[in-house]
Amino acid sequence: MAVKETRILLKNVDQPGYTNDIECYMKHGGYKVLQAALKRKPEDLCKEIETSGIRGRGGAGFPAGMKWKFLDRKSGKPIYLICNADESEPGTFKDRQLLYKDPHQLLEGMMIAAYATQTALSFIYIRGEMYEGARILERAIEEARAKGFLGDNIGGSGYSCDMIVHRGAGAYICGEETGLIESLEGKRAYPRIKPPYFPAVLGLYQCPTIVNNVETLCHVKHAIEMGGDAFAKIGTPGNTGTRIWSVSGHVQRPGYYEFPCAGATLGELIYDVCGGLAPGRILKAVIPGGSSSKVLKAGERYKGTFKDGTPFDWSLEDIPLDFDSFVLAGTMSGSGAVIVMDDTTDMVEATANINAFYAHESCGQCTPCREGSLWLSRVTKRMCSGDARKEDADLLKDIADQIDGRTICAHGEATAWPVQALATKFKDEFIAKAAEPKEAALSDRQGESAFRLI
Amino acid sequence: MTEENKTVTVTIDGLDVEVPPGTNMIEAAALLGKEVPHYCYHPKLSVAGNCRMCLVEMGMPMRDRATGEAILDEEGNPKIGWMPKPAIACATEAAPGMRIKTDSELVKNCQEGVMEFLLVNHPLDCPICDQAGECSLQEFATDYGRGASRYIEKKNVKPKRTRLGPRVTLDDERCILCSRCVRFSKEIAKDDVLGFIDRGSYSTLTCYPGESLDNNYSLNTVDICPVGALTSTDFRFKMRTWFLKRTPSICTESSTGTNTEVWSREGVIYRITPRRNDAVNDTWMTDSGRELYKLVDSEKRLKAPAINGGPAVLKEALERAAEFIQGGSIAYVGSGRASVEEQYLLKAMVKQAPGDAHLIGRFGPGDGLLLAADRNPNVRGALLTGLIDKVPEAHLKALSKKIDSGAVKTLLVHNEDLLAVGITTAQLKKLNIVYLGTHENATSAAAKVTIPTLTVFEKSGSFVNQQFRLQGFAQAVPGPAGVMPDMLVLSRLLALVSKQECALDNAEAIWASMNKELPAFKGVTFKDSNISDGGLLLDGSTFKSFNFFDSQTLHYDPQTS
Repeated sequence: MAVKETRILLKNVDQPGYTNDIECYMKHGGYKVLQAALKRKPEDLCKEIETSGIRGRGGAGFPAGMKWKFLDRKSGKPIYLICNADESEPGTFKDRQLLYKDPHQLLEGMMIAAYATQTALSFIYIRGEMYEGARILERAIEEARAKGFLGDNIGGSGYSCDMIVHRGAGAYICGEETGLIESLEGKRAYPRIKPPYFPAVLGLYQCPTIVNNVETLCHVKHAIEMGGDAFAKIGTPGNTGTRIWSVSGHVQRPGYYEFPCAGATLGELIYDVCGGLAPGRILKAVIPGGSSSKVLKAGERYKGTFKDGTPFDWSLEDIPLDFDSFVLAGTMSGSGAVIVMDDTTDMVEATANINAFYAHESCGQCTPCREGSLWLSRVTKRMCSGDARKEDADLLKDIADQIDGRTICAHGEATAWPVQALATKFKDEFIAKAAEPKEAALSDRQGESAFRLI
Repeated sequence: MTEENKTVTVTIDGLDVEVPPGTNMIEAAALLGKEVPHYCYHPKLSVAGNCRMCLVEMGMPMRDRATGEAILDEEGNPKIGWMPKPAIACATEAAPGMRIKTDSELVKNCQEGVMEFLLVNHPLDCPICDQAGECSLQEFATDYGRGASRYIEKKNVKPKRTRLGPRVTLDDERCILCSRCVRFSKEIAKDDVLGFIDRGSYSTLTCYPGESLDNNYSLNTVDICPVGALTSTDFRFKMRTWFLKRTPSICTESSTGTNTEVWSREGVIYRITPRRNDAVNDTWMTDSGRELYKLVDSEKRLKAPAINGGPAVLKEALERAAEFIQGGSIAYVGSGRASVEEQYLLKAMVKQAPGDAHLIGRFGPGDGLLLAADRNPNVRGALLTGLIDKVPEAHLKALSKKIDSGAVKTLLVHNEDLLAVGITTAQLKKLNIVYLGTHENATSAAAKVTIPTLTVFEKSGSFVNQQFRLQGFAQAVPGPAGVMPDMLVLSRLLALVSKQECALDNAEAIWASMNKELPAFKGVTFKDSNISDGGLLLDGSTFKSFNFFDSQTLHYDPQTS
């Protein structure tokens, strides 16, 4: 293996003998960073996070320090901190590892963040399906409260902040931060319009609120431990720290892998780390950042110049694993969920699968997403049932364009982007579908690539 | 950019408009006569921003991050930073220097897209849909749509006739999920019973389990529903809206004076809806007020004059009535439901043939919204015209005593039933009653002379509401054959009693006289009393110390008014 993982967040996860209770965590040096942090000024800690350059690991990659800075402190309202543990983007399974296997790392990170921002009450909004995770977190919170690491007068500092675990009920949209806030308030998870409802100003119960991803909050602990400057040295400028990549699909060793930003390329991840494709298979496409990111097609070249003017010319395999490089390649790193597809993949069927998911998960609040997602899904489902038309590829692209950028929340883009890329880059396959005999589509194919809608 | 702090200037499609800060771009564009199409936005409800029909391009003057100075282009004009994505006009509030494009290629493309999306799962019900003719989907599809559908998949199937409450029927397939009804129920009616269930395009409007949309404002959801989803169970399938004539009117239910519109065809009223008046009822009205038109076709309607219960011709009836009035020992019972004009004529009669004038007070619980505790639409009018000089009570005890003592032998009653206010049948029998009114009741049954008159829908006139706001209503439908307006009956009676021609036989003459005689109406002409939108606030300060036993409504507070 040419490239090696750098495990910071996953340092203890999966190590023999490492358990998720507080004794084990403290044996490995747990909660020392919190205790040290409580002796510092909250503003210093915020500054440290800003210097560290940590970017949100939930999908958008927004700098966490900046998010904290936007908090409306003039209002005098209490500040809330919410950990977004509603990991639901298809292909993503990194937060689950951190929650299940090292919950105290998250709790420590959260309490540091809470103290730094002077949060009044903190929440973990956990995906409904992760019921075991909710139990683990609740036990961890009990343990930490018993030891005085959260709750009243934390570590004798005089600062108090409790933590509440809230389980979702199985809706992808609850991962959208304002949808999450509505759900946490006990309402239907309809994302809010922005403006005016920016969480940093009018968040939970109309109070200033921070919503950070699990991985981001775990990073907070390490950024404070090593110092913002040291943290910023990991990775490249603007893409700091390590990231966990969830790799799934047609690779020999799917799993979660942690690298410094730009510490490896997509090719190295697929071929070296994950053992490449099955023998005899050829790489066809990679979805790099969860199913809502635009697909990368094998053989494509990505050319352009960096901000400093130096040119780049990448193949799919050359793309460095960080935030910005995927944007330069016309897609995004999203939640770091790499889905690898080999030459056995029927791209229309893959699109149908993605479309079915986003149609099912559209909350139904705003028109383009509500109607567009179901329309897209119905078109691709029809195409896979033997009634494809030549004009469907263009229609799909057009429907997607009518959704993109016109919705209340990013679910619109999540619905539109995969279709825009798939129906364009693999247009010939979409058109060829029309020529396929109907019997072929309807025949019940056996094997791992048999088409079925989730 | 801003002359005062009170307004900001925004530029819409190159045209400047000055608006108060916080004005949204739909309203700002409307000031320039530009329509920004919208479904979910409603001026009296919170902003939901879900229909996405009002997408526009928005830009702000660019500012230097370091200095905060505006960045100028080569020609010295402020450089505009256009937002990369279109913004919803309903949630975009005016800020100094804001630029909006409502008709660019991108905006047109957005409108086409949203229209197409709204229609893909919308049933082609127009031929059988009550909303046809007043449907925003039809209108905007024509104005902003693509004109043809690209949708060949199957449409959603949803419940077609759900009874949300006693008066509202829902067709879920037509619903575009704009949430206006949900917000109205929560924010205005304070009866939060509506909500959506299921997700995505399968979302369905429904009542909470065990609840029903049965509050007295439920039909407003039908009014504000931009499509044919919420329909009035009463009006459903009765009449095509384009056949209906709209007449401005005033609700007679209480002293609120809700502005209404009466929809009729060929002399038949089909429905009553609210008419917007931001100083009185906003865009709402009660369900109970909408039912009042049913009185027009009641079986109890008086249609012909009568003397001693037997049929008579009008001339004889009037002459007989005049004889009674001239006979002395008379008292008058006017009506708080009569128009200002009618009350003024009755006052003239009181002057001609003196006697006590009474008015019957009607009271009920106020609901804090549009149903006031004072259930008469025009008590203030009776005070202003001098017909009465104190707030009417619900029981006419003084009159009762005078009947018993024999001081009152004749009674002229204008459209009221005395049995309801403490006068007994035995007392009625002792009296010579002249009854002018629309419907039969115990008083008309005991009357020596009965002369039929017209309902509020069959005549014109004006009321003065609880704010002392003069508001006019117009005739929507003709009255029963041969029945004269109250105003004419009274003026002819006045002529007979005074034995000379009565000049006050038309509204213009009455207004000219009131203008001259009554201080509160000084300078108010017939033209003002005619339907002017918004009404005319009169000076009611003379009655400031009066206790009207009235209650708070949307734009009236008895404590401060």
